[in-house]
Amino acid sequence: MKWIVCIKQVPNTSDIKLDRQTNNLLREGVPSIMNPYDLHALETAFDLQEKFGGRVVAISMGPPSAEECLRDALAMGADEAILLSDPAFRGSDTLATSYTLAAAIRQLQPFALVICGKQAVDGDTAQVGPELAEWLGIPQLTGVDRVIIEGNDIRAWREQEGGHLEVHASLPALVTVTKNINEPRLPTIKGRMAANRAHVTVWTKNDIMVYRERVGLAGSPTQVRRIFYPDHSRRGQIRQGGPQDLSDWLFSILTEQGVS
Amino acid sequence: RPETKAKVASEAEDVWVWLEISDNQIKQVSLELLGIARELADTRKENVAGILIGDELEGLAEIAIAHGADKVWRISSRELKYYETGLYTAAVVELAKRYHPSVILFGATYNGRDLAPRVAARLRTGLTADCTGLAIEPSTGHLLQTRPAFGGNIMATILTPNHRPQLATVRSGVIKKPSADYSRAGEIIDLPCPEPRFRLSNILGFIPSSKPVVRLEEADIIVAGGRGVGGSKGLKLLEQLAQVLGGQLAVSRGPVDEGWISSEYQVGQTGKIVAPRLYIACGISGTVQHLVGIQSASTIVAINKDPRAPIFKVADYGLVGDLFEIVPRLINKLSNLEV
Ligand SMILES: Cc1cc2nc3c(=O)[nH]c(=O)nc-3n(C[C@H](O)[C@H](O)[C@H](O)COP(=O)(O)OP(=O)(O)OC[C@H]3O[C@@H](n4cnc5c(N)ncnc54)[C@H](O)[C@@H]3O)c2cc1C
Ligand SMILES: Cc1cc2nc3c(=O)[nH]c(=O)nc-3n(C[C@H](O)[C@H](O)[C@H](O)COP(=O)(O)OP(=O)(O)OC[C@H]3O[C@@H](n4cnc5c(N)ncnc54)[C@H](O)[C@@H]3O)c2cc1C
Repeated sequence: MKWIVCIKQVPNTSDIKLDRQTNNLLREGVPSIMNPYDLHALETAFDLQEKFGGRVVAISMGPPSAEECLRDALAMGADEAILLSDPAFRGSDTLATSYTLAAAIRQLQPFALVICGKQAVDGDTAQVGPELAEWLGIPQLTGVDRVIIEGNDIRAWREQEGGHLEVHASLPALVTVTKNINEPRLPTIKGRMAANRAHVTVWTKNDIMVYRERVGLAGSPTQVRRIFYPDHSRRGQIRQGGPQDLSDWLFSILTEQGVS
Repeated sequence: RPETKAKVASEAEDVWVWLEISDNQIKQVSLELLGIARELADTRKENVAGILIGDELEGLAEIAIAHGADKVWRISSRELKYYETGLYTAAVVELAKRYHPSVILFGATYNGRDLAPRVAARLRTGLTADCTGLAIEPSTGHLLQTRPAFGGNIMATILTPNHRPQLATVRSGVIKKPSADYSRAGEIIDLPCPEPRFRLSNILGFIPSSKPVVRLEEADIIVAGGRGVGGSKGLKLLEQLAQVLGGQLAVSRGPVDEGWISSEYQVGQTGKIVAPRLYIACGISGTVQHLVGIQSASTIVAINKDPRAPIFKVADYGLVGDLFEIVPRLINKLSNLEV
């Protein structure tokens, strides 16, 4: 039985800078980490492994440097790590990303559950999980903060406005997990040392069954036309003064707005 | 071999909206989407259609038409009482394959974010998440989809030039709800429930949260506090102000991180997007992650001790001062007026 965890490497900052000339993202020199939600996805897999046995396989698509976050997964206790890395995968949108991940995961059959984070903190679309489930032709349970496996079935609580939807499906299935599902463990020193020596398998496009026109830029229906800094500015009136003066001013503004 | 593209751009037409149901009502965000759908369709001289899926849908198609739909596809069945990925995906995909819309819009709700990507993958088309701006590019007729990424630090404009339909999700509060016009005419078309074989899961039931639901997205007046309120006592003061104004209390992430209040009250990139008539920000510095949540507010008032606080750049009215000196005086003045 395999528990497959999808992991994305993301920049460790929300303070992203643009190249003033090209308006491209400046990724150089920005340290990378594992997407925080994916820590919870891994922890979910470890929980299930403790109860039911099997192997935890971590998989990531990204540049060669994404190997680092797979080593973190190994240090936390993953049994196996696979990196999908090929220049042909560059520029993938969520459809191409999920297509490529699906092709690799098919080679890992049979598996019980694919576990993704609810969303990645950089691209932030929350689309890769459901699109991956569609490519694999399996049920999806998104945004879950509770998972119960019973025999060949899964029961999960999906987050909703004002409550939860309790959903049942057959395995194999895919879940995307919220941060409420568990408290991720920290890697041990021993785990770290073992992870440094462990082997990370690298698969290129020749190692998985993919059509060239479905991966990377060619396989991405969405195209980023322009990237820019947000401008929320309004040129309003700013006033300094004593508290009485300011509260009188605000009172008159509220009166003007018709709210008082 | 991958199958050929669904339909070339020039043949696809009309703007569709998935009309999400909750508590037997069309969700606010879906009605907002009808407004922007109307604008987009008018630019291209096309129609707006709503997709209404659920159980006990009496009267709802008429509401959609009043808010801008020319046509409503209605699929009503007890099987569809709760949102279920497989059946809902099949319903939307079958319609799209038959009638080739140019655009389909979904609310970026829990279920919209479950449905839209599944539909996108089955139709092998692009999906842009959490758009804050939608427009038609005049020269090409493509949908220009603008969205924040990297926690709101940057914006990206995204196109789906070679695939149809173009799919997008939009969060609640980003677009103003159009006003209803019940004299508008429209067509209602009833369709059967998708076959049971499309089902992917079984819904066992809805478990309501024990905590009260905070509906910031729909609030008309919001009084929001940041770390500058100093603690739960400061939040009480703002709650009082909200009360006299008939508004709702909200916060930036500061108070949530400090543990003064639960995250349901949080406004911003990782909280709610709000669109009130009046937003009063007290003791909020105004980082970009907060500002993405309030840009649709009609009027923004800011109270902050620090004249260099970035919140003043986005405020219509900025008060440089101590909130603990200004707010109590204001509450007094407002409540004196009431009696
Ligand atoms: C500014 C900007 C805006 C973008 N907007 C869009 C858009 O609107 N639509 C679109 O289709 N693409 C968009 N993209 C591209 C998109 O970010 C990438 O395709 C990205 O690889 C996956 O999307 P995400 O980060 O949103 O992941 P999400 O779907 O948010 O990630 C959810 C989970 O999926 C798994 N996962 C995601 N990526 C990987 C991976 N590479 N390897 C392993 N597991 C993974 C993880 O478990 C993760 O927790 C955008 C990119 C940029 C830079
Ligand atoms: C990925 C990511 C997502 C995020 N998402 C969100 C989000 O959704 N929403 C959000 O709000 N933040 C979000 N943040 C956090 C954001 O970056 C800021 O840390 C946060 O908004 C700061 O909150 P604040 O303005 O309350 O506190 P501070 O920045 O500490 O500001 C406090 C302000 O109060 C003023 N002040 C102090 N005392 C008084 C007084 N007596 N009277 C008047 N003014 C006073 C100070 O001058 C100061 O400007 C996110 C961050 C990241 C990295």
